[in-house]
Amino acid sequence: MSDRSERDQKPEAASRCELGKSTRRTFISRLGMAGLLATTARVTTAFGQSSVKEQSALAESKDAIPVTLTVNGKKHDLRIDPRTTLLDCLREHLHLTGSKKGCDHGQCGACTVHINGRRVNSCLCFAAMQEGNEITTIEGIGQPENMHAMQAAFVATDAYQCGYCTSGQIMSGVALLKEPCGPEDADVKEFMSGNICRCGAYQNIVAAIQNVRKKSG
Amino acid sequence: MRIFALNHTTDPAQAVATASKAKTAQQGAEIRFIGGGTTLIDLMKLNVEQPQTLIDINRLPLDKIEALPDGGLTIGAVARNSDLAFHPLVRKNYAVLSEAILSGATAQLRNMATTAGNLLQRTRCMYFRDTAHACNKREPGTGCSAIGGHNRTLAILGTSKDCIASNPSDQNVALTALEATIQVQGARGKRSIPIHEFYLKPGATPNRENVLEPGDLIVSVTLPAPVAGARSHYLKLRDRAAYEFALASAAIVVKVNDGRIEHARVALGGVGTVPWRSHEAERELQGHAANAATFRRAAEAALKEAQPASENGFKVELAKRCMVRALTVATQSA
Repeated sequence: MSDRSERDQKPEAASRCELGKSTRRTFISRLGMAGLLATTARVTTAFGQSSVKEQSALAESKDAIPVTLTVNGKKHDLRIDPRTTLLDCLREHLHLTGSKKGCDHGQCGACTVHINGRRVNSCLCFAAMQEGNEITTIEGIGQPENMHAMQAAFVATDAYQCGYCTSGQIMSGVALLKEPCGPEDADVKEFMSGNICRCGAYQNIVAAIQNVRKKSG
Repeated sequence: MRIFALNHTTDPAQAVATASKAKTAQQGAEIRFIGGGTTLIDLMKLNVEQPQTLIDINRLPLDKIEALPDGGLTIGAVARNSDLAFHPLVRKNYAVLSEAILSGATAQLRNMATTAGNLLQRTRCMYFRDTAHACNKREPGTGCSAIGGHNRTLAILGTSKDCIASNPSDQNVALTALEATIQVQGARGKRSIPIHEFYLKPGATPNRENVLEPGDLIVSVTLPAPVAGARSHYLKLRDRAAYEFALASAAIVVKVNDGRIEHARVALGGVGTVPWRSHEAERELQGHAANAATFRRAAEAALKEAQPASENGFKVELAKRCMVRALTVATQSA
């Protein structure tokens, strides 16, 4: 039998928060890190303060390899563990946290991004295999002050509740516009079947996508 | 996940040379080709697969889908499932393949998954996927947790006392009905393998799923020219209307002339340990009237040898009705 503990081995792609500057995200990630450190009784850190221990815990993987990724039109020279998925790379190395981790097995669609204009599950790609590809995330298709038509349509039709699946839904919706999807709501539902919404906002998601399709075409 | 070395190559011969150093090309292979990664990365996260070396084959010049001089089609190993399903020649001449691919997975996964990767898609048997359980496919000799366990979704045809894992693919059921040939480049040169000789039933070695040897690289899949006047159809029955594996599916290629069946190819999915070609059904169809009674006789013949486990007895009747319905639809449109 396999050693069960093997399952818990993860690439050491731990987040590098901007030290000393607290946001909700950095606070939560430090809270998690502090909890981890406290339970292993190695060291205690005060929030909002960088510590040597914390930095060493976030050190680069000994197996790291150089990778150049093009994300939202910008080139990034990185050193990452080859096990790092594109999703983890985007979130933990490039701090593009719009793409979400749901199931981490290609079943929920929360991690959907575009590679060369086509939608994929970023949790099932290794980042180190993406050199030369154009990667687009939710951050790359629009910003709060300049939203993509699909983002605006999701707002207009109230196509979300908790919002966790939303960036993946929008990335799928944007990609769908260029795919041979039939005109009916049923066609959109089938094409959107790779994006799960636990809140059940499906009706409004379909409405948002159909509204954009009608306007654009 | 275990650490691995990642190799990139643009030369099939180099990929073959590197991979031929492995001890096996089957379960547990220490060197793996990686295409879309939708199965492999999933299984690596579960520690079901722990390759030490990955050879990225996405840069190999093997992504073309092209007509052949004999009227057939060649499909590159790394052609994406979505490109294959929506290809005009596939939609026109091999509708069953397009329907099968589009009935599986999701738009995202189909954009990633490759033709060859889909050929090598692994079972969804939960005991295979969970290293806490005994599984003869994952770890030979440990036993089968599915026999007597939760086996509602598993196989009823081609099973053995050591394994009842079902083959999950839709694409491969259609390719079986279309009598595809798998083109392989290996350490000792190139060879062509008819799809019905490619997959191995579990027998006493469920860890061996196909005839591939270390170094063998699938370079393409070829389809024969479509049979003039034949129609094809893929019907998939599952627990949800979308994004679910088949409980039973049927791929049909059939030609009817003056009410009689002139040509019939039948393959079943969701019920076999391998994509299941039914010569028994084809014999019952060939030369007979295209009607409900003939279809039912064919379905009875196809499932005659079925051996259900404790929870999947319903699949026997479900598969029969699936085949009858698929034949009805395929001949109605003729």
